Amino acid sequence: MSVTDERVEAPAREFDPDRAWRVHPQVALRDESFGALAYHYGTRRLLFLKSRPLVDLVSALDRFESATAAIESLVPENERAQYTRALARLAKSEVIDAR
Amino acid sequence: MPAEVMPLRERFTQGLDAPICLTWELTYACNLACVHCLSSSGRRDPMELTPAEARHIVDELADMKVFYVNIGGGEPMLRPDFFDLVGYAVDNKVGVKFSTNGTRLTAERARRLAAMDYVDVQVSIDGALASTNDSVRGEGSFAAARTAMDNLAAANFGQFKISVVVTRENVTQLDQFAAIAESYGAQLRLTRFRPSGRGVETWDRLHPTAEQQRMLYHWLLERPDVLTGDSFFHLSALGAPLDGLNLCGAGRVVCLIDPVGDVYACPFVIDKEFLAGNVRGDGGFAAVWRQSDLFRSLREPQSAGACASCGSYDACQGGCMAAKFFTGLPLDGPDPECVFGHGEDALAARDAAAHPGAAIGHSKVDRHGTPIPVPTPVRFRTRALA
Repeated sequence: MSVTDERVEAPAREFDPDRAWRVHPQVALRDESFGALAYHYGTRRLLFLKSRPLVDLVSALDRFESATAAIESLVPENERAQYTRALARLAKSEVIDAR
Repeated sequence: MPAEVMPLRERFTQGLDAPICLTWELTYACNLACVHCLSSSGRRDPMELTPAEARHIVDELADMKVFYVNIGGGEPMLRPDFFDLVGYAVDNKVGVKFSTNGTRLTAERARRLAAMDYVDVQVSIDGALASTNDSVRGEGSFAAARTAMDNLAAANFGQFKISVVVTRENVTQLDQFAAIAESYGAQLRLTRFRPSGRGVETWDRLHPTAEQQRMLYHWLLERPDVLTGDSFFHLSALGAPLDGLNLCGAGRVVCLIDPVGDVYACPFVIDKEFLAGNVRGDGGFAAVWRQSDLFRSLREPQSAGACASCGSYDACQGGCMAAKFFTGLPLDGPDPECVFGHGEDALAARDAAAHPGAAIGHSKVDRHGTPIPVPTPVRFRTRALA
């Protein structure tokens, strides 16, 4: 049977990590063994957060003055670049938005 | 992405604690009698869920964080508590996408829908012209659907969807469907014709030919904005995968709740073979989803069977379970519409006695219990203002 009408996330574009971010108010996150599912009620898109640490980071964004500050606090140094890229993808697909 | 252990598709084939979305058919009652109806709808079932039971299902879905439900039928707008239920769902953050034949979508109801958040409307047509459409859906049904679309547009509903089941007769009208959608600022949604419900009887003459399927595949590749509900993943064996997850989600990430609360693996397998349980049982829907033997077995690794030696198995996964089941083909073999023709060979060789037919049906019958031929001209327009 068909699964969803949703699209897979698009490639990253500009993302300003020095701004303050949060989970988009129209997005619902559902924890899963692989990370989380994210559904955007505005764009009707289904997306995947493919690891637990990424879910924790995304959920914590609203407690930090910038995405960079959240990453520096929560992510080991050698993994920060890939998490920044992951956030950029999530910003592009509006799972997170600047506050 | 860090800590990637397993491709997402494999995670999904092993099932999730809750469906991503599910189909919920609210009633078997329908004022049309489409020849390909997946649920053989027509007559309301006396055992259909009460309004209170239906609301309880919404509570359960909200607890399980099911993002949205695809509401269908029958014709869901015939249920007296339709708006109440839809409102209750969206108030509880369960989004609603519902499919309708449009016959009850009056101007007033269109305005009501336009005022709601998280509601998507899909109006079904199966031909870009009245003649093509009405031969499948019944006389007058095209005009009624267009009126519903006009009403949605006039109510500034926004981007509704036009839903088309692709058949041998309408596959030549894809550009015309796209033009109709564009004229409304609507989205076109094409789905696969399965031999389910009354489709068992009409599939042989109405399913697209192999050549038409190849054309459809290329047409879809060029139009990623056309929605498909991921339903043509068997065509991905032709080359680049179509947009979507490209897997069978039945019992893994999706399922069907039917009007009497029976839970099936997917909307296209209303048959006791694929019945997982009933929401009226102990533990409700969640217990069926998480504990039923059927769903657990569907989440086990599936045998590729006769497809094991095909280099495209990873792309098509053997195709659609429902399409195989209702054409009498083994589940661990090629889809009847396998793009390499293996399904046609299997169909030619199948034992006609194994053809299961449609055992569960709510088609309209006359007073002698004899099924009324479909499609029947239905007198609904005079009642459309009700």
